[in-house]
Amino acid sequence: MRAEQKSGSLMSAPYGVFLLVFAVYPIAFALVLVFLQWDLVTAPTFAGADNVRLLLHDGRFWRAVANTFVFLSIHVPLQIVSALALALALNRQLAGRSFWRAAFFLPVVISGAVVAILWSNLYATDVGLINRVLMKLGAAPVPWLTDPATAMPAIAVMVTWKNVGFYVIIYLAGLQYIPRSCQEAIEVEGATAWQRFRYLTLPSLLPQHILVITLSTINGFQLFIEPYVMTGGGPLRRTYSVVLYLYNNAFSYQKMGYAATIGVALALIIGAVVFVQRRLIGRAEAL
Amino acid sequence: MKSLRPVALYAGLTLAALTFVYPFLWMTSATFKPPLEVGSLSLIPHHPTLDNYRTMWARAPFGRALLNSTLVATTITLAVLVFGSMTAYAMARLRFRGSPILNAATMAILLVPGQLTLIPLYTLIVQLGWVDTYAALIVPYLFNATAILMLRQFFLQIPQSLIDSARMDGMSEFRILFTIFWPLSKPVLSIVAIFTFMGSWNEVLWPLLVVREQHLMTLPQLLTVFALGGGAGSIGVSLASAMVLVVPVVVAYVFLQRNFIESMAGSGIKG
Repeated sequence: MRAEQKSGSLMSAPYGVFLLVFAVYPIAFALVLVFLQWDLVTAPTFAGADNVRLLLHDGRFWRAVANTFVFLSIHVPLQIVSALALALALNRQLAGRSFWRAAFFLPVVISGAVVAILWSNLYATDVGLINRVLMKLGAAPVPWLTDPATAMPAIAVMVTWKNVGFYVIIYLAGLQYIPRSCQEAIEVEGATAWQRFRYLTLPSLLPQHILVITLSTINGFQLFIEPYVMTGGGPLRRTYSVVLYLYNNAFSYQKMGYAATIGVALALIIGAVVFVQRRLIGRAEAL
Repeated sequence: MKSLRPVALYAGLTLAALTFVYPFLWMTSATFKPPLEVGSLSLIPHHPTLDNYRTMWARAPFGRALLNSTLVATTITLAVLVFGSMTAYAMARLRFRGSPILNAATMAILLVPGQLTLIPLYTLIVQLGWVDTYAALIVPYLFNATAILMLRQFFLQIPQSLIDSARMDGMSEFRILFTIFWPLSKPVLSIVAIFTFMGSWNEVLWPLLVVREQHLMTLPQLLTVFALGGGAGSIGVSLASAMVLVVPVVVAYVFLQRNFIESMAGSGIKG
């Protein structure tokens, strides 16, 4: 018993130290930084509520938050529809199912930096692949990343493309859990394919919908490398993301207190949005 | 109806699969094309050349970045497996004071978004004097809460009788973990290894904060800096530099795709 106590403490002590230094301390210090002004060169000074006040009136920050909502309003629905469609297709008797699954999953394993560089070229106005195809079809080229109206939607489509394989796996797992007996029963009742989908498949996948909505929302708030590489936040700051703004405040402007304040605000916003989504889903389910 | 359906299904799937695979095929072929040909949709270069690769290799230290990324990702993966197993074993199978606190803390930190701790972690690294060191890239990732919880969950299912008889034989807890538990835990160890390695291999925000010296940059970081700084100069060169990052991953993915999908989908990592 004493030996067990001793080995237990010994084996978990490194993790305990790690947690204190790299988790507990940073979380606590984030809350301290909110009240400091610090350029990392001179000593930090107490700034009271300056950072918070600045944040509340900072048009650039709120622009970035608004941009994120534009991103989410396209990304989340598109992600659900595309992932669900592909999962339903893969859930049939198929030749080479693992091949199809592997193809859809491929972008998930590729670094976001590579995907951003690749898609900058696909979206390029004059030489981009997508516009070349459009022009072959007789349409006019679209300045995807340089038009303020299309830049964020273009990025949202790209991120959906990159992650869809991941969500397909989640939906495929959910589809396995719909009992055979239910499927047979509803077929015996003479339901059409649409009715089966609408009244059996769709509601049965509720836990998966919640997971997809929550994860793609959190992922959307963490948008960084895509605007960093593809647009630098432009045109007209329409693709500026919160994390990009946080990064620039820390790295380019050396404002640690303000950058940490943005981080804390972002965490609160993510928490609030996910909470509201859960409530709304709960209410929709009750109807 | 039954005879028409499969044709439409396979046509749709082929189209979808092409959407996911074609951009990577085009990218691969573009790296072998001279500048004037890059814009073409064709996958076969008419005048194949290795110039893009020569230029990329000469202009930025991609060989060194490949070494850095390999070193960092391998060290982190080994640490997460070894230290993570020790922690998970203690939490799952040993009664000791502090175990419930560790358990609760591990669950709790999974709920905290990384953006909250990003800046305090960065100032910590600056104060430790770790900017431009491997320590900055490695030490904050030595433990991983997701990995610990997964390992713990798996270790809970291994029969107690194995531990009891090993203790009778006078084995230490360390030996029980590494000679009895590890061989039984290969599936979960491989899941943890893949998502840890991939997470580290593809990470770009953290290196961008703590490394400025070109020779210490990891691949995704150097690639980003190279493409943004105009060092590449042409599409072919910047895509060729991306290939250094992609090829090892795709080769591993082709051989281990089942494990990759299981691992990355299970852990919630989306690169």
